[in-house]
Parts: sequence; C-alpha cells; structure tokens
Amino acid sequence: MAYSEKVLDHYENPRNVGSLDAKSDDVGTGLVGAPACGDVMRLQIRVNDDGIIEDARFKTFGCGSAIASSSLATEWIKGKNVEEASQLSNSQIAAELNLPPVKIHCSVLAEDAIKSAIQDYKRKREAKQALATAKPAAE
Amino acid sequence: MKFPIYMDNHSTTPVDPRVLEAMLPYFNSTFGNAASRTHAFGWNAEAAVDDARETIAKFIGASSGKEIVFTSGATESDNLAIKGAAEYYRSRGNHIITTTIEHKAVLDSCKRLEREGFEVTYLDVEKNGIVDPAKLERAITDKTILVSVMLANNEVGSIQPLAEIGKITRARSVLFHTDAVQGVGKTPFDVESMNVDLASITAHKIYGPKGVGALYVRRARPRVRLVSQMDGGGHERGNRSGTLNVAGIVGFAKACELMLADAAEENARIRRLRDRLHQRITASLEDVTLNGDAERRLPGNLNLSFAFVEGEGLMMAIKDVAVSSGSACTSASLEPSYVLKAMGLDEDLAHSSLRFGLGRFNTEEEVDYVADLLIDKVKKLRDISPLYEMHQQGIDIKSIQWAAH
Repeated sequence: MAYSEKVLDHYENPRNVGSLDAKSDDVGTGLVGAPACGDVMRLQIRVNDDGIIEDARFKTFGCGSAIASSSLATEWIKGKNVEEASQLSNSQIAAELNLPPVKIHCSVLAEDAIKSAIQDYKRKREAKQALATAKPAAE
Repeated sequence: MKFPIYMDNHSTTPVDPRVLEAMLPYFNSTFGNAASRTHAFGWNAEAAVDDARETIAKFIGASSGKEIVFTSGATESDNLAIKGAAEYYRSRGNHIITTTIEHKAVLDSCKRLEREGFEVTYLDVEKNGIVDPAKLERAITDKTILVSVMLANNEVGSIQPLAEIGKITRARSVLFHTDAVQGVGKTPFDVESMNVDLASITAHKIYGPKGVGALYVRRARPRVRLVSQMDGGGHERGNRSGTLNVAGIVGFAKACELMLADAAEENARIRRLRDRLHQRITASLEDVTLNGDAERRLPGNLNLSFAFVEGEGLMMAIKDVAVSSGSACTSASLEPSYVLKAMGLDEDLAHSSLRFGLGRFNTEEEVDYVADLLIDKVKKLRDISPLYEMHQQGIDIKSIQWAAH
C-alpha cells in the first residue's frame, strides 16, 4: 500500500512531538488505543485562561498513518479554543491525509485522543472550581 | 550498493541468472507441448520435463522422477496433497492432524475439509515455534489418515522434527505430508530417511521462477493415491491435468541443481550474514527479542520484535529495505501474525516484529547498512513512542487498563 505524500510528510517530520506535565492543572492528557491492537496515542493540551489551546503535544506507538494522524491533530487544535477543538472529526483528518479505508481507524483514534485530552482538562478544571467554591463555605 | 535492498527472501527470491539462461530456449525454440506425442517438438519438451523430474526427485531424496507431479506452485501442491488424499482415503477415516503455524494453503484446505465432515486437530507449537512429536503422537486416533507438518516455518524459520514425526506416522500407518517450501535446500530434507509420503515444493523460493511447483507423491511402501483436484487431459499420471509449464519446469530443475551443487557452502555464508545482522542490532539496541528457536531455524531467517515500536511504522522508516512484519497493519484483517500468536507471543510484541529473510544475493555491506539504518530508526521511533516513555519511567505497560478498539 502506498502512502499519501501528506502521511509521509507528517511521518518524516512529525509536528509537536513531546510531553507536557500531566500533573499540571492547565494540561489535559488523552491516552487512547492499546498495545495489543498495534496503536497507542497520547495527546496532551495546555489550555490558557481564555480557553485557548496554547500548546499540544503527542507521542504515538503505531503505523505511519497513526503517527501522521496524531501529528496533524496537534497541528490543527493548536490556537483553537476547547469547544472548537472538540468539534474536529476523524473524517476531516482522514480526508486531509487521504487515508485508505483500512487506515480510517487511525483517524478515529486521533479524534478520540483529542476528546479524551479535553475531557481530562475539563475534569481537572471542574474539580478545581469545586474546590474553590467549597473552600469559603468550609471556613 | 543498489537500492532498494531486498531482504524478504521468504516471500520470493530473484531468479538466478543461470536459471533464466537454462529456461530461455524453452520459450521459443524448444517450445513444444510436452503432451504432444506425434512430433519432435513434443518429444523434446517431454525429454526436458523428464530430465527435470529426475533432478528434482534427486534434490529431495525421492527414488524416481515418476514420484514428481508438477503443479502451478506450492499452494496447489498443498491443496492437491491434503484434499486429494483426504478424498481418496476417506473410507479409512476422517481425521487429519496439522499444526497452528502452517501456511494458509494447508490451514484453509483443512478448514474446507472440516466443512465436508472431516475432523482436524490443529496442534499448538511450543514457544520456540516447534511442534512436539510426542503431542502429535498422542493426537493420532484410529480415524487418522493424514498428518501435515511443514519442514520450516515461513515467519520464524523454525525447523520441525520431520524425521521423528515420520517415524511415528510410518509406525501408525498414517500418511505424512509436509509443506517443504521454505526449508528445502536450506535445511536437510530427504523424503526417504524422513518417511515423508507427500511433499510440496516450489521453484520461486530457491531462485527459480514463480508459477511452478511440485508435489512429491510416494510410489512404493506405501503407494500413495490421490483424487485429482483439476479435471482435464489426465496429465501427470492423472494427478493433475493441465499443459505443463515446460520453461518453468526446466528452470525449477536448474534451481535444484544449483542448490545440490553448493547448498552447504551457501547456507553457511547466509547464516553468517544473518548472525552478523542480529549481533549488530542487539549490540546497539535494548529490548529486542528473537522470535523462534535460536538454533533450529533457517539460516536466512531473522525474526525480531522491537519493543515499543510498531512494525509497519518501522518498515516505513526503512522503506529502502524490503522486509516484512507480523504487525496487523500489514494485513487486511488487522490481526497480527497468527504464527507469533500461536507461539504465545504477546500481541504488542507481535505488532512490533520484523522478519528479515536473507538470501543468495545479499552482501555483508547490505547487512551493515540495514543494521545501522534500523538502529537509528528504532531509536527515533522510540523517542516518539508513549510506551517507551512509560517503560523508561518504570511503568509496567501490562498494568494499564487499555481500552481495546
């Protein structure tokens, strides 16, 4: 199977590889897939006070299409606000990278990774807010 | 060095120039139909085919060229052997024994027979990819008519104990078929001393052309009979109808002749190259495991799992080198290699496997280039692998609840 030029480009020059501090309040982490299935993606976002994704990082265990899908995902969500980013769908990724049918699951995984990272970020934020509102009452 | 580099000799081999040269006259000057009995064109073609039969018989230790049935390749040979014998001997029993690591041509032939009322035992192999003859013996019942065990596995190169199995099948009066495709010429194979009754071989794994194979069918003690699977002119003593591929058969025999002349030397050279590749890789990379048996394996076979790196992703990184992978991503089914799974390998390591198949035309220079390239690319892919990061942080990947997808 031949890869599209865009897959090759992302594979050979992956954007935004790396890690953010998963413990930090403004960082959301999504870890999706499974080693037994042959692909695992970890996608992380750092969100500022205005709800804008300031930084996005990924690491992926998987085939070229999986690496390209996650690289593209980080590129696209950077600078977007959290709500916009959560609208990004796998079909947009698959179309941009010209993924063949057998590789569509790679784009699905990238969408899951984004959603999972956003969910993690929101969960942290809500916990923080709950703590902030709970504190004065307790005092 | 010429690119791309070919290290996938289990899939197929290039035609040796000497083989090609031997074949050429049979396309246009001696082009006759070997079944034409009325003129010199036919007689000359038939003579060439008969010579080829003798050479191929000698190559596998058969006593006569009459025991060679030409086919279109090993898939057809496997189908003819298994279905043909099952159909012929059905009145004696309906039980067949094979292994879980056979080629699909064997496994799918058995599956078809199961749908037709046969019972098939698929023996598991040990962790090293080798079947235990004692387990095979225990699986034989009074209904067993056929045992089919390959000479050597195509993925991990494990060499099966055919001599021991042949003793058992002969003592129990059960027919013994072997898919000898990967092993013949590369590891000792002799139908007489191993008590093999049916053997599938093909030309294109031993530097001959694609599209021509043979089935060895024992003619004495016991005389093996088959129901043909291809109807027509009754060629090949009624076993396989169809005009013979004379040029292909001549090439097949030439390939066997070359193997007969210097297989020992060639295999020693290929083994040295294989060991060099293995040593260079493991000297520079940690967490690389050998799949299959270290000793009882084909000289050209190296099957390695590079933990934390996915096989297809790795192949893409070394795209100037032709190898193959047990990764699911290389198959349409999205299932990782059934051979590696049958050996009990964890699925993530099956996804991380690469198979190197070294052959006659590989050089030391190529081996060194591939080793260096691979070391560099594995390191790069590990740098972007979340699993490698977890491993370095001391997190056990198996302890995580992964959501299967």
